[in-house]
Amino acid sequence: MAISFEKALGVSQYTVGIRSKRAEIIASNIVNADTPHYKAQDLDFASALKTATSSLNSSMSRTHDKHFSVNSTMDDGLGYRVPNQPDTGDGNTVDVQVERNLYMQNALEYQSSLQFLGGKFKGLNLAIKGA
Amino acid sequence: MSLYNIFDVAGSGMSAQSLRLNVTASNIANANSVSSSAEETYRGRHPVFAAEMQKAAAGQSESIPVQVLGIVEDQDPLRHEYNPNHPLADKDGFIYKPNVNVMEEMANMMSASRSYQTNVQVADAAKQMLMKTLQLGK
Repeated sequence: MAISFEKALGVSQYTVGIRSKRAEIIASNIVNADTPHYKAQDLDFASALKTATSSLNSSMSRTHDKHFSVNSTMDDGLGYRVPNQPDTGDGNTVDVQVERNLYMQNALEYQSSLQFLGGKFKGLNLAIKGA
Repeated sequence: MSLYNIFDVAGSGMSAQSLRLNVTASNIANANSVSSSAEETYRGRHPVFAAEMQKAAAGQSESIPVQVLGIVEDQDPLRHEYNPNHPLADKDGFIYKPNVNVMEEMANMMSASRSYQTNVQVADAAKQMLMKTLQLGK
């Protein structure tokens, strides 16, 4: 009986990836807090997880420089945030306070996902060593 | 690995904000630089920020760093003052003062240093996340 890592690790292997992606997006928002016309973005966790867990993503390999990169993905959950102030004067929709809180929250969620993943590894280790 | 991109993004923000702080410092330092003609007078300078969309548009990564497109000179009218006793006064007795608003620059300075600090904290949090990742399974 072979151990399938896919099954053994469960959903946490995907959540870590999504949360690191989300950290990147929120960091971009914070960095562009002073950029005119920048629109804040965020990741919808539910649909991102759905896309990550279903293996429906496909991409075509490029064998020539002039080929376009084609990849068909489902909804990756990326969207623009609805600003709570209609006009800030320069078309920027970043609310730094909100973004900072979300970044911190996301970092904690990342660490808890990591804990779950680490727990899975510990369990596997125990199963192998037996003590 | 997308967590490493956060360092690039936060770094771009830190360099942009430190440039803004630099420009603000020049503006405040030269707020009282008097001269004898409108052409020679120091004009307030402002950096122009823009989001660097190329990589994100190509679908290569989610991160959007900030870039400084350039520095523009303030086109507000200069302040000129009648002061014939001033050593730099022109033949009509006028001296020219920069169009720098010190209050505005102070607010700009505070905003830039806060944004810089926020970027440092973002990079620091990313570092902690990566450190935790390295310890996975231990």
